[in-house]
Amino acid sequence: MTVATAVATADNAHAGDSHGEHTHYTTTGLEHRKIAIWAFIGSECMLFASLISTYLVYKGRSKIGPMPHEFSCKVSNVVAQTAEGVAALGCAAGDVMKPILDIPVTSQSTFVLLMSSLAMVLALEGVENHGKPGYDRWYKGSKFWLGMTALMGATFLGYQSYEFTSFVHEGLTITTNLFGSSFFTLTGFHGAHVTVGVLWLLTLLAIDMKRGLKGRNDVLVVDICALYWHFVDVVWIAIFTLIYLIQ
Amino acid sequence: MATTAAPAPMTAGAYAHGEATGIWSWLTTVDHKRIGTLYLWTALTFFLVGGIEALIMRIQLMGPNGQVVSAEVFNQLFTMHGTTMVFLAIMPLSAAFFNYLIPLQIGARDVAFPRLNAFSYWVYLFGGIFMTVPIFFSAAPNGGWFGYAPLTTMQFSGGLNIDFWVIGLQILGISSLAAAFNFITTIINMRAPGMTLMRMPIFTWMSFVVQFLLILAFPAITIALVFLLFDRFFGTQFYEIAAGADPLLWQHLFWVFGHPEVYILILPAFGLVSEILPTFSRKPLFGYNVVVYSGIMIGFLGFGVWAHHMFAVGMGATADTIFSLATMLIGIPTGVKIFNWIATMWGGSLRFTVAMKFAIALVALFTIGGISGVMHSSPPTDLQQTDTYFIVAHFHYVLVGGSIMGIFGGIYHYFPKMTGRYLSEKLGNWHFWFFAIGMNLTFFPMHYSGMLGMPRRIYTYDAGQGWDQFNWWSTVGTILMFVGAIFFIANFFRSRKNGAIAPNDAWGAGTLEWSIPSPPPDYNFAQIPVVTSRYPLWDLKHPEMTADLVHSAPDEMTITDSHAVPVHEETEYKTAKELGIPMPFPTIKPLFAALFMVVMFSGLIFIHVGIFPLAMAITIGGALLFIGTLYGWLTSPLE
Repeated sequence: MTVATAVATADNAHAGDSHGEHTHYTTTGLEHRKIAIWAFIGSECMLFASLISTYLVYKGRSKIGPMPHEFSCKVSNVVAQTAEGVAALGCAAGDVMKPILDIPVTSQSTFVLLMSSLAMVLALEGVENHGKPGYDRWYKGSKFWLGMTALMGATFLGYQSYEFTSFVHEGLTITTNLFGSSFFTLTGFHGAHVTVGVLWLLTLLAIDMKRGLKGRNDVLVVDICALYWHFVDVVWIAIFTLIYLIQ
Repeated sequence: MATTAAPAPMTAGAYAHGEATGIWSWLTTVDHKRIGTLYLWTALTFFLVGGIEALIMRIQLMGPNGQVVSAEVFNQLFTMHGTTMVFLAIMPLSAAFFNYLIPLQIGARDVAFPRLNAFSYWVYLFGGIFMTVPIFFSAAPNGGWFGYAPLTTMQFSGGLNIDFWVIGLQILGISSLAAAFNFITTIINMRAPGMTLMRMPIFTWMSFVVQFLLILAFPAITIALVFLLFDRFFGTQFYEIAAGADPLLWQHLFWVFGHPEVYILILPAFGLVSEILPTFSRKPLFGYNVVVYSGIMIGFLGFGVWAHHMFAVGMGATADTIFSLATMLIGIPTGVKIFNWIATMWGGSLRFTVAMKFAIALVALFTIGGISGVMHSSPPTDLQQTDTYFIVAHFHYVLVGGSIMGIFGGIYHYFPKMTGRYLSEKLGNWHFWFFAIGMNLTFFPMHYSGMLGMPRRIYTYDAGQGWDQFNWWSTVGTILMFVGAIFFIANFFRSRKNGAIAPNDAWGAGTLEWSIPSPPPDYNFAQIPVVTSRYPLWDLKHPEMTADLVHSAPDEMTITDSHAVPVHEETEYKTAKELGIPMPFPTIKPLFAALFMVVMFSGLIFIHVGIFPLAMAITIGGALLFIGTLYGWLTSPLE
């Protein structure tokens, strides 16, 4: 290629350049922020993978109770699948500690959290269709569904506070045994993520109240929050299955 | 290459483009080149600090029964030497090049998130200070750079030392992660037209792999550190052996991070030499595709070899076998690269500039370190060598002979682009020879002292064990390296103001960054270039060199050599405003966000001191200020 042709084409390219419309970047066509949030979610997967593996590695290694799925004894540290089993191993009736995990209660909070993902989808739909016919009704709008998502997230956190409090009353704290340390750290990290998500949703709701979420950029902003929120939900499915359901 | 001896103009550097100067412009900068420059200065300072720590240790070990420092100080020295070199020197030196070069090499005007980029730098700076300052109060971290728990739990390390290490690393991790999200997005999304993935310069490719290693490896150490923090401050039992904890939990989590970290340290240097060698051989890189694929392969396999750091802990035959095989396997893509570099030089018209010498030194010295590395991939051999100076010799050949040689080569190569002036080749040669000879004299004898059984991390030893003369030579070598470093410092400061003026294309290289002024204007490219092959500048100036490469639609190429094309000079020194290029606003918010975040973390120290209300006040106060700054940041427009 000669210098002369280089100059000629340089001038041609210059005309369409730097005004956004004709920039033919070698790019995915996705917004930067969307790629960054996916990279962030990839990183978060490793974070929760480390927490969950530690919980699983330490499963059954606690020297004293309470245990997640088994009965144990306050005095002699024996463990069995049933209360009778512990009693048979010499534990007095008053010293028997029940399995700590309450699957029916946590199933309710899991259901609420999973439904919040549905609400999030509807919120995004509301922002995408802002101003279109039918979407001015309150139950189709983004305000209602952003509020619902945040409310369900907060409900999940309420369940978690209740769960943590009752565990402490039953004698399990973060310092009691390996189960307590790894359980509270894992679920606490997840709870912290939900808390961040709820604050994020409430911020979006406040913006929506103030000036209305609409247009391409706002769709992206809500979409990013939605990706984070769905990720937090998916992690909970893994936690609920591996920690609560599998004994 | 026309190195003119023209008298130096009064002003050089960014002044030429009508950009703001002064301290405020640096505190508020969001320009990737300035942030890269800040990284470079800071990391070189920490490199010197880490070097002085090493020098003190070598003087202590020069002869038997050394009395220079106490055992306690020695523990702090080797811990901070390792931590500083890994987290505060080599990683940020690589980050300096990521920042400076990636946008220039892919033909972009900045990174995807300029303010996040500034935030990464300030977090690094404040985190580095947080971790380094305690050494002046004899409270520096003292548990080794790997910080093995349970050794680092409250029971065995009750002082504040480990607290600074745990919290400091947590802070630095945030810096690395934020930067990695930024560069991944930049490389995926912001390449110039025609810059397909397989046309990216190899430095950008290796950096791309490194960013993935960062985002996938750092979470593991983050969690390991959270456990340790909770154990130390809140009484959890993650590392409490009496409660049934696994003594290997830390080691696994740490090395799941720690081995990819090794490739995080070396791959950027591999990228740099892959730019230097073709330039000074006047040949395109041999086997570009293979270099790219082997870089990806190294990154991938890097996650499957961590337990070779743990052969001595008794994991059992199955685990030992698997990790031994994986380790031998990873030697293949690494070896492939060595052959690619040799083949690049083969038959080339070589110019032995200082940058080229450092690059060739990497190829030679990394090979020595690589071979001793393959030796320890065999568990029976490793059992003999674990925790001896043989290991110290191995990883210093890889990190000094590899990473540092590559980074120095990169500095000599890119200094003209960053400043518009060449580093002195004369002083550079003194630097190179002192450093290269000193490096070998320091670390080669350690193979012998290690084989003779000298353990790592001992603060002194008795005479008559056969180690004396090897240690003496190692110390002499360290002093030579220091002399070399002094030549570098002199060269660096002298050439900044008085070096020979460099043209845009300082070395006759082939990639995009050399097509724009030296130093580049804040907007980098007056017009976004269109590229049609891997070496656009060679297409323009030396088409015969790239005749064998694949070109698509060569007529569309719009690279201009601004010195050959007068019309381009009109735009060359215009400001962004005159050219109508929107630039991000400078802002102080990333600095404050970083500062408040570090304040938030540092409050935790007071939990240990026992002033709980103060700890809470600092932490919560810092957190609120951080969140407030973040809201201000996110609600203010970028440009």
